[in-house]
Amino acid sequence: YSISYRVRAASAKLAKQRESHLSVKERIDKKRTAALVGGGQKRIDAQHKKGKLTARERVELLLDPESFVESDMFVEHRCSDFGMEQDRNKFPGDSVVTGRGRINGRLVYVFSQDFTVFGGSLSGAHAQKICKIMDQAMTVGAPVIGLNDSGGARIQEGVESLAGYADIFLRNVMASGVVPQISLIMGPCAGGAVYSPALTDFTFMVKDTSYLFITGPDVVKSVTNEDVTQEELGGAKTHTTVSGVAHHAFENDVEALLNVREFFNFLPLSNQDPAPMRECHDCSDRLVHSLDTIVPFETTKAYDMLDIIQTIVDESDFFEIMPSYAKNIVVGFARMNGRTVGIVGNQPKVKVYIISCLDINSSVKGARFVRFCDAFNIPIITFVDVPGFLPGTAQEYGGIIRHGAKLLYAFAEATVPKITIITRKAYGGAYDVMSSKHLRGDVNYAWPTAEVAVMGAKGAVQIIFRGKENQAEAEAEYVEKFANPFPAAVRGFVDDIIEPSTTRKRICRDLEVLASKKQINPWKKHANIPL
Amino acid sequence: MAAHRVSPSLNRLLFAVKYASFQSGGCAVHCNAQYSTVHSPSEKTFDKILIANRGEIACRVMKTCHKMGIQTVAVHSDVDSSAVHVKMADEAVCVGPAPTSKSYLNMDAIMDAIRATGAQAVHPGYGFLSENKEFAKRLAAEGVAFIGPDTHAIMAMGDKIESKLIAKAANVNTIPGYDGVVKTAEEAVKIAQDIGYPVMIKASAGGGGKGMRIAWNAEETREGFRFSSQEAASSFGDDRLLIEKFIDNPRHIEIQVLADKHGNALWLNERECSIQRRNQKVVEEAPSTFLDPVTRRAMGEQAVQLAKAVQYSSAGTVEFLVDSKKNFYFLEMNTRLQVEHPITECITGLDLVEQMIRVAKGYQLQHKQEDIPINGWAIESRVYAEDPYKSFGLPSIGRLSKYQEPLNLSNVRVDSGIQEGSDISIYYDPMISKLVTYGATRAEALARMEDALDNYVIRGVTHNIPLLREIITHPRFISGDISTNFLPEVYPDGFKGHQLDLDTRRELLASAAALYITAQLRSQKVLAIAAITAMAHLHGYIRVEVDGGKVEVSGQWNLASPLLPLTINGTHRTLQCLSRDASGRILLQYLGTSFKVRVLSKLAAEFNSYMPEKVPEDTSSILRSPMPGTVVAVSVKPGDPVAEGQEICVIEAMKMQNSLTAVKQAKVKSVHCKPGETVGEGDLLVELE
Repeated sequence: YSISYRVRAASAKLAKQRESHLSVKERIDKKRTAALVGGGQKRIDAQHKKGKLTARERVELLLDPESFVESDMFVEHRCSDFGMEQDRNKFPGDSVVTGRGRINGRLVYVFSQDFTVFGGSLSGAHAQKICKIMDQAMTVGAPVIGLNDSGGARIQEGVESLAGYADIFLRNVMASGVVPQISLIMGPCAGGAVYSPALTDFTFMVKDTSYLFITGPDVVKSVTNEDVTQEELGGAKTHTTVSGVAHHAFENDVEALLNVREFFNFLPLSNQDPAPMRECHDCSDRLVHSLDTIVPFETTKAYDMLDIIQTIVDESDFFEIMPSYAKNIVVGFARMNGRTVGIVGNQPKVKVYIISCLDINSSVKGARFVRFCDAFNIPIITFVDVPGFLPGTAQEYGGIIRHGAKLLYAFAEATVPKITIITRKAYGGAYDVMSSKHLRGDVNYAWPTAEVAVMGAKGAVQIIFRGKENQAEAEAEYVEKFANPFPAAVRGFVDDIIEPSTTRKRICRDLEVLASKKQINPWKKHANIPL
Repeated sequence: MAAHRVSPSLNRLLFAVKYASFQSGGCAVHCNAQYSTVHSPSEKTFDKILIANRGEIACRVMKTCHKMGIQTVAVHSDVDSSAVHVKMADEAVCVGPAPTSKSYLNMDAIMDAIRATGAQAVHPGYGFLSENKEFAKRLAAEGVAFIGPDTHAIMAMGDKIESKLIAKAANVNTIPGYDGVVKTAEEAVKIAQDIGYPVMIKASAGGGGKGMRIAWNAEETREGFRFSSQEAASSFGDDRLLIEKFIDNPRHIEIQVLADKHGNALWLNERECSIQRRNQKVVEEAPSTFLDPVTRRAMGEQAVQLAKAVQYSSAGTVEFLVDSKKNFYFLEMNTRLQVEHPITECITGLDLVEQMIRVAKGYQLQHKQEDIPINGWAIESRVYAEDPYKSFGLPSIGRLSKYQEPLNLSNVRVDSGIQEGSDISIYYDPMISKLVTYGATRAEALARMEDALDNYVIRGVTHNIPLLREIITHPRFISGDISTNFLPEVYPDGFKGHQLDLDTRRELLASAAALYITAQLRSQKVLAIAAITAMAHLHGYIRVEVDGGKVEVSGQWNLASPLLPLTINGTHRTLQCLSRDASGRILLQYLGTSFKVRVLSKLAAEFNSYMPEKVPEDTSSILRSPMPGTVVAVSVKPGDPVAEGQEICVIEAMKMQNSLTAVKQAKVKSVHCKPGETVGEGDLLVELE
């Protein structure tokens, strides 16, 4: 070999390397560009036409500007059947966008299914991407928000797609109680896919453009011969008012995403974090005079528990969970002196029930909310006005006994700070259930209008004085004796009888003290809540 | 929406300034223009007075009683048992259930209350039993003093025909007209021709505009006679009518008189009450911009002549109509304390309630006519729980979820009988308060009124502050060019709220954007979280660009306070944030009117353009109650065809009957209400096909 040959050879090699390097860079850029447009402009336009944003637009709006850090942009599906291996059927990133970002500066992991790529269907690669960010979220302790818009399983992939679902389900379960998980349904979500949102802590929907069901209207028709539209079967209205599957519905994509941002502000990042404290402009010792007259004199007359909640919490800012389902109980998040709290309250102002009884649906709604708060170190404030459990065959046959037990179980098991205010009635077993002193309530207050008794005066007198005359007189005596806070106060079952106007001030003070509360339940593999 | 930019130079000090909540306890009567008369403790009047009224006037009377060291007794209906006037009183007696006929008008129960508490005198306030001769008689029979004129004065002035005759005899200018009862339509036409058109036909026993008709020719006179007599018979059970000259476009100016039982009488200057809707006063002021000293004196002297003619004692008001040439005509005399008495108190320094109590005890007046001054200017706005966008005010009810009177401002007096948490119910007058401002000049009083209205926080009921603020800032009002037709003339198509111009629109948008940004930045201020990166700071100074124009907004941003005191491009403005949500919808009260503003980031606004418009429900087939009230009559049943404009049902609220009509021709599908039922605002009444 001559030297000149060697030089020539080397430079040729270098040129080739450079060439290949340039072509890789070109390919990277090309892939990235392709990934950013998902299924292409035509499908993006179609998505917009339906009044929906694209997967990437959603992520952009959900997260703080320029905070999104994407992962797995180059992942492609690995299916080679039915022509799927062809280049035109490959989309960098496949049908989901994943990564992490921040909401008001706080870390969150997010996945957003891309309906423009194979209708957002779930391939093995798609599932793998989701699992990856869920694992990371668990490792660092940050919430996961899933933006669902998927036609279902990638049928071409068969069992691989099913395996993908199961992988996600497992992670949903493992993450449950470790980091908050939120699902936002922004398009179809059908079949097995529905179980991922169902396993997460909160499911929100977009009105008119999102559906959740196990089987669609066609299958329903062929099996049960029922005629039902998608909207009736699994639309936002159905799930927020009838089934209780979804916790809130919003008008459109933009409102849904902005509201999730707002909602996220209430949540701690993980079970290792305390409830967040935001800067507060509302005086912690503000007196709320309107509360002194809010409970009507007639014990059967209704008032709105939301009025009480809204005037007590910071800046009247109350994020209600399931506002249209089981309206006889109100649950939601608020802040007291900046600190996130969970609020549970019986709602006397319900047309259907007339009274704020506990029934199957309200027990389950309350129980799930209480357990979320307990899992994530959020203090629970309970407002009690409950005349008992709802009687009737419908309730008994429906299993009010085991469902009511869920709420009892949840309150009893909770070790977060628990403050209870009895505004009016606390009758019977329902009194025990509603975060009573006996279930380790930390601070239990009664308003002067509180009545803690086994039952209402009329019923009680009919039993105590059965067959005797002067029932009216006896009733008056019973009212005098029991329809007031004293029987509970003299036994120490309430810590104090307070002027309603001072409620906010006291709760704020108590929460400060209870911030250092430590209570541990006995060791167990897991508890056995009556499901 | 405008692009907004947040000024980066910042400090955090402002957030140390916490929102000091106003304690809205009890009824507040504060005015820097305090009464000049000081009660002398040696002058003994009564030990205990029962106030046969409710609300602000009961509180007003009690305030003076407390000052004079007199024990007070409140009466109340069962729904009022925790009302402010009950809390303010030394003793309280429940006199019956909610309807006024069973409680505040229940003479038997009130007489029992007087006996049970040993009250020596009764102050009736206004309305209810204040001009009831029967009540005055019964009190006299039991030796209880009535703090008001004697029975014969109440009787003489209570009847429109009789009072006019007495006035004429006392040389008081009266409206040319027929001094007797008109018997037939033809007689009416003849009299009308003698007087000269236009004429007014009205019920002798009338009031509140009922049984009143204006006729411009013989035909209209006949028709008016028929309608008025029917209406008079059904409303008052008395079909006697009278006819008089109709004064077109008049002012309503009244003279406050004060007389004792010793034949002394004074006139305490005038009150201009021309701003009215449906014959009810809305804004009053004292003095009037229209009267010169000569006219004022002439009116005052005639008023005193009338008072003396009926041996009047106590405080009373002689109402006049004044035409554009300053001719004035006697209208009627009110033998009680008027709603709008505070403005007279402000400019004269007299406490009218105190004077009424002294006179009732038999003391002579302390003042001579030449002692009565006009000091400065006072304006009163009647703040009502009503929707000003519906015929200048239809009643609204609800619970005052938040209520803060603007007493942090100087020279503001608020007479109210409610507090945060009070219910405005269908049973009683929907007045929330009387807001009075005082100044050395009219301009000063008006500027204060503007400020006071902006700082008045009322949540939970619809209120008329938008209308009040528009009236007092209207060029015609400011120049004093007003008449009783002011509202229909200025707002011929109904009141529509404040109309924004380019500058105010810019101010509003900038304020909303600044508020939004403040809330957004605050969301990043989470304590106890280490992972926060780019933390934004804020020192309350925000620059906003609206349509290319720069607007600087600064203020002590407190997101918990209902009030937003801002400086917008150097102008101080107090806005109120009525609501804001996560979707950027902000409801701001600005210049009295509430405006809906949507603030979105640039990105969200861009994405929002893809969002579909949702079609609202078609409401032409649905008849909903425009206000809370009682269903008096339902004129249709399912299956009935109805024509456009046909009456479907009648709702009564606050003693006002409102006929609800079909907006299209259709068949009645279903009826969801029945007579006697109470309905809420927005309740479904009738569905059409």
